[in-house]
Amino acid sequence: MWDIIITSLPEMVGAMLQFTIPLAVISFILGLILAVLTALIKFIEPSENKAIRYPYLLLRGIANFYVWLFRSTPLLVQLFIIFFGLPSIGVQLPAFTAAVIGFSLNTGAYASETIRSALLSVPQDQWDAAYTLNFSTRQTLMKIVLPQAVRIALPPLSNSFIGLVKDTSLASSITILEMFQVSQQITAKNYQPLLMYTLAAALYAIVCSLLSWLQHYLEHRTSKYVKGSEA
Amino acid sequence: MISMKNIIKKYDGKTVLNDISVDFPSGKTSVILGPSGSGKSTLLRSLDLLVRPESGSVSFPDLSVNYAEPISKKDSFSLRRKTSMVFQNWNLFPNLTVLDNITAAPITVLKTSKADAEKEARSLLRQVGLEGLEKRYPSQLSGGQQQRISICRALAINPEYILLDEPTSALDPELETQVLKILEKLANEGQSMIIVTHNMEFARLVADKIVFIEDGNKVFDGETKDFFENPTPRIKDFLSGISLEAEN
Repeated sequence: MWDIIITSLPEMVGAMLQFTIPLAVISFILGLILAVLTALIKFIEPSENKAIRYPYLLLRGIANFYVWLFRSTPLLVQLFIIFFGLPSIGVQLPAFTAAVIGFSLNTGAYASETIRSALLSVPQDQWDAAYTLNFSTRQTLMKIVLPQAVRIALPPLSNSFIGLVKDTSLASSITILEMFQVSQQITAKNYQPLLMYTLAAALYAIVCSLLSWLQHYLEHRTSKYVKGSEA
Repeated sequence: MISMKNIIKKYDGKTVLNDISVDFPSGKTSVILGPSGSGKSTLLRSLDLLVRPESGSVSFPDLSVNYAEPISKKDSFSLRRKTSMVFQNWNLFPNLTVLDNITAAPITVLKTSKADAEKEARSLLRQVGLEGLEKRYPSQLSGGQQQRISICRALAINPEYILLDEPTSALDPELETQVLKILEKLANEGQSMIIVTHNMEFARLVADKIVFIEDGNKVFDGETKDFFENPTPRIKDFLSGISLEAEN
């Protein structure tokens, strides 16, 4: 058993470092940027100024449609449409790019609601206090509201990230040789499905445990000011 | 002087402020009294645009804002620049230290240098007897300490008027006294203040004028002495209703 593990491990860890982790990290960063933008568009009330109001409401409509679309369809189907479907209308994407687009858009849709709820959970009192001191909306967001919202959003965002690491296994279905795909290929040669898939599971678990630890660390860092936290 | 004219505010069709006109003199302490839900906080918050009345106007010698018309960013900034609010639940920024709570607006909004802002903040903390707490977070302090810090935060932007919305209603009597002493000191120094309060003893002590509001209407507007010594029947009811002393 050990020699099977030792011979297949380098290949699997290699696939993890080459595809699984880059896919997850790049998609999460892009997804998070998209999520913050989407959440802010849905969160900030449109200005009374008509020149800005209508373009803004259109943007909000697009944001709502985007979140609805990606939460209402399965991730696997989204990946299939992007990679196998789009070429029919002349959009041919490399598999890795297609996967990053699919994962980012999917993560962004879910995470935007997490961030929006975190923004909503900062009390109106905080906005009032900032406005009375003449902070602009942007200054209030950057200095007062977002720092408080980050702390609230951290645990659910960590969930999203951990979920994304595991979801990268779906990239195998659009021809990417990520870790799970490699474990399937090795299984085809050595007929050890239990061992190989358990090994794959263990590798995912190691990465996700590291992320849980990172979450714990960041929670501690961002909770310095909360009563009862040991800062 | 602040002059508010014909202020009307409705929430969902219900009139909260019914055509109120009132002046708040400069360098004096004005106290707004009235039963809960009478509209007194709404009136105070209108001054800082935390509430936007449907109509009416507010004017200073050098600034006038009509609530019924669109308010430019410049006017909104000027209006808020003249006043600063102290809240019932102090509303300190929990993610900032005591020092950063006080210096945030001077640095961010007024572009004061960090060194100057901190020097001013330390001097304000000394005045309210809280030097040494600069690096603490609000959650590590008592309510009375937090409210005193929020008064420092309001003073740090040098507003013409400090607006106080039931500043001691959430404090126990001992902590309330700490805060009231500071307000009394500010009043004696000639700081312009408008205070919404339920503390009659305090109102009687510091108020230069009293405005009594009930159901969105101004019922009394005059000198403190008249309010307490020659009350109308309704004000007499109000005063005896909140006192434990036997009637008659």
